[in-house]
Amino acid sequence: MTQTQGRLETAAPAAIELRGISKAFGPVQANRDIHLRVERGTIHGIIGENGAGKSTLMSILYGFYKPDAGEILVGGRPLTITDSQTAIRAGIGMVFQHFKLVPNFTVLENIILGAEEGRLLRPSLSKARGVLRQLAQEYELNVDPDEVVENLSVGHQQRVEILKALYRQADILILDEPTGVLTPAEADHLFRILEGLRAEGKTIILITHKLREIMEITDTVSVMRRGEMVASVKTAETSPEELAELMVGRKVLLNVEKALAQPGKPVLEIRNLRLVDAAGVERLRGIDLDIRAGEILGIAGVSGNGQTQLLEILGGYPPKGSTVSGEVRVNGAPLPLGGAACNAAERRRQGLGHIPEDRQAEGLIMDFSAWENVAFGYHDAPEYGRGPLMDRVAIRRDAEGKIARFDVRPPSCDLAARNFSGGNQQKIVVAREIERNPDLLLIGQPTRGVDIGAIEFIHKRIVELRDAGKAILLVSVELDEIMSLSDRMAVMFDGRIMGERLPGDTTTGDLGLLMAGVDAAPQTQDNPSRES
Amino acid sequence: MEKMPKWADVLLTPLISLVLAMAISALVILAIGESPAEALTTMIDGALGSSYGWGFTLYYATNFIFTGLAVMVAYHASLFNIGGEGQAAMGGLGVALVLLSLPLPHWALALPAAMIGAAAFGAAWALIPAWLQAKRGSHIVITTIMFNFIAAAALNYILVNLLRPVGSMDPASARFPESTHLPKLSDMALALGFEWGDNTPVNISFFVAVIACILVWLLIWRTRLGFEIRAFGKSEPAALYAGISPVRITIIAMLISGGLAGLMAINNVMGEAERLVLNAVEGAGFIGIAVALMGRNHPLGVFLAALLFGFLYQGGGELALWTSIPRELIIVIQALVILFTGALDNMVRVPLERMFMAMRKRGA
Repeated sequence: MTQTQGRLETAAPAAIELRGISKAFGPVQANRDIHLRVERGTIHGIIGENGAGKSTLMSILYGFYKPDAGEILVGGRPLTITDSQTAIRAGIGMVFQHFKLVPNFTVLENIILGAEEGRLLRPSLSKARGVLRQLAQEYELNVDPDEVVENLSVGHQQRVEILKALYRQADILILDEPTGVLTPAEADHLFRILEGLRAEGKTIILITHKLREIMEITDTVSVMRRGEMVASVKTAETSPEELAELMVGRKVLLNVEKALAQPGKPVLEIRNLRLVDAAGVERLRGIDLDIRAGEILGIAGVSGNGQTQLLEILGGYPPKGSTVSGEVRVNGAPLPLGGAACNAAERRRQGLGHIPEDRQAEGLIMDFSAWENVAFGYHDAPEYGRGPLMDRVAIRRDAEGKIARFDVRPPSCDLAARNFSGGNQQKIVVAREIERNPDLLLIGQPTRGVDIGAIEFIHKRIVELRDAGKAILLVSVELDEIMSLSDRMAVMFDGRIMGERLPGDTTTGDLGLLMAGVDAAPQTQDNPSRES
Repeated sequence: MEKMPKWADVLLTPLISLVLAMAISALVILAIGESPAEALTTMIDGALGSSYGWGFTLYYATNFIFTGLAVMVAYHASLFNIGGEGQAAMGGLGVALVLLSLPLPHWALALPAAMIGAAAFGAAWALIPAWLQAKRGSHIVITTIMFNFIAAAALNYILVNLLRPVGSMDPASARFPESTHLPKLSDMALALGFEWGDNTPVNISFFVAVIACILVWLLIWRTRLGFEIRAFGKSEPAALYAGISPVRITIIAMLISGGLAGLMAINNVMGEAERLVLNAVEGAGFIGIAVALMGRNHPLGVFLAALLFGFLYQGGGELALWTSIPRELIIVIQALVILFTGALDNMVRVPLERMFMAMRKRGA
């Protein structure tokens, strides 16, 4: 290095500097004239809505895409990154949102994969073992090197990804939405690891859409909007409100405004609901819940504690090979929990709507056009056809109305669902389910992978449905969302309801304990809404 | 955003694949010391150069339309029906039983009755694999292949022991009554006052096949059932979420598929042979897979691909007749066409998509 290092922070070469990066895909300008400077030894946040161009930018940095224009400087020297090997050699490591691990390999095997030295594995493995031990001590990155990856928790799998990058001597670590799959405790641990790495002089780029994380851990933050870098600021000098406004381009309400709930008669009554899955594991261990008309019940909990199964049973499609017992009533009428009558079409006839947890796998047919997806699940409805034929004109008219009312962009009926952004895909699902005016709406992860502007919009629609006197069951792993949207909250852990709380009467700490399975206060035992 | 215009997707890609397959075929013909140009002209002359050639080409194409549609319908439900061969064979049995047992005074009555018999037997033969797939998870590719062999063996037994007329040495059924013979296209042309396709087997079933194309298109893209079939084919979890029963759709789609394969028998058994013979299907069930693949699982594509394979069949026969190119080479050419249009589709598609993307960028 020719320059003198570190005397003046601004004079030292930046870890990464981008100058005028542009990238277009066909007519879509994904990145436009991006300038970015990330200083060595800092944590730099990049925030923006889905489709703002964050992932494209990072893919350019990692050599997946070639920029149409612009220059990349790593450590002050211009570098043409043609593939991921170049990026790795330049000291750039990437931790993807969807881990790139071989599930049936051990941690050690995964770490040396692609970095084997020589034809025999043993020397590489023992070298890796040594490096791993050292890294574990330095950064709290403890993982059993001989454990098979598929047996690890998600948080540990992520550590393996970080270790992979560090093993390849990454100085610059890029993390794409790293906390999406983590519990609050795991996320805290990750942040401690990142802080440790920063203390060692590593540079970290954190891509996220969660404002809280940006405020908590980053030193500087850059905001992207529609392919452009609209601001780069010191985190200490900004606020979540300002960042949200920069992201969306207008003022955004971060908290849901809603009147006090006016609960009416009970709509959903669940008694001692149990589910044993095909492998014989009890996934639901006696759930009791009530939801009244005009009330939002939020179910908090780390994912994988039975919420999915609960939604699937209520939605009419319990997991294959499972046994369900207990009693569920909607408006007083029992829901069939097994047999031919237990199907989603029948549930819809009984007044249930369902916004599923995974819109891409369940809620939409990704290859179908928007208008076909508007009819999906209701394709037997009389207004959508005559006899066996579908009435395309009627469906399209309805779809156009929904697209307009829910501000789906681009407002195109014929575009395939997969070509919409996550937020707009979700708006299609939400429009379809809410406009059916169901007595009970099941909602799973309504805003997962949805941008802030759309979150605000979807939350508003949900509250409107509540105010129209409908019952809503909301499942979300986003604690903030549960806290701000729910009229009443229940926490699920290991197939049980650990307790119920009112949003005003609790703290995240209290809920966090329940989510971790610690039975806290006895106040939950006799909740007034239980006796109906 | 579509990567390339629709016409390029459905026409240009298979056409380029076809040209590539032909080029390699030409090399093979060169390698055995024959002239590719002569081979090509012989094939074109023989299959398309006369109304006689066209008559055979269209006759073969009719078979392939039915089996191609069968594969296509199942494919939309994400089911790979390889059992067209057996289902078509069983369809032939259905036709024979109907025509030999019912006194049908006129072909106009015999045709619908035979169609019901053909479709019912074909569908029934697809029902068992469908049920096994839907209820037991037995893979439909395996079961339908096995059912092809069972159908062949069963037909062998039935023809030899049950349907063979007393005293006949031939493992075939009795001839169908004269009144049930279908009008040939040559007869129909004659009735209209011109001569066309004398002594060729192509018959009114060709029009039934064309109508079947239209009905299948309606079914898949215009009905609620077709919507459910396509949705299930794209995503089973989504189908469950929407209240579409996988068991029901698997069985219905396979019944329709088997029925279409079975319907082929009105062409080859009722229209051409006019009795049930051993091995009447002659591989058309398998050609149907290639036809559906090349036709991109759309009825119009199936129709065009069936014409192409009809041409290859008839042209190939002519090649064996008039040149010293061995008959086996036709199978090589067909295999190359299947390989390029089906298996190696992406080899042409991906560069083509890139080209269109680049062109669009320059235009934008």
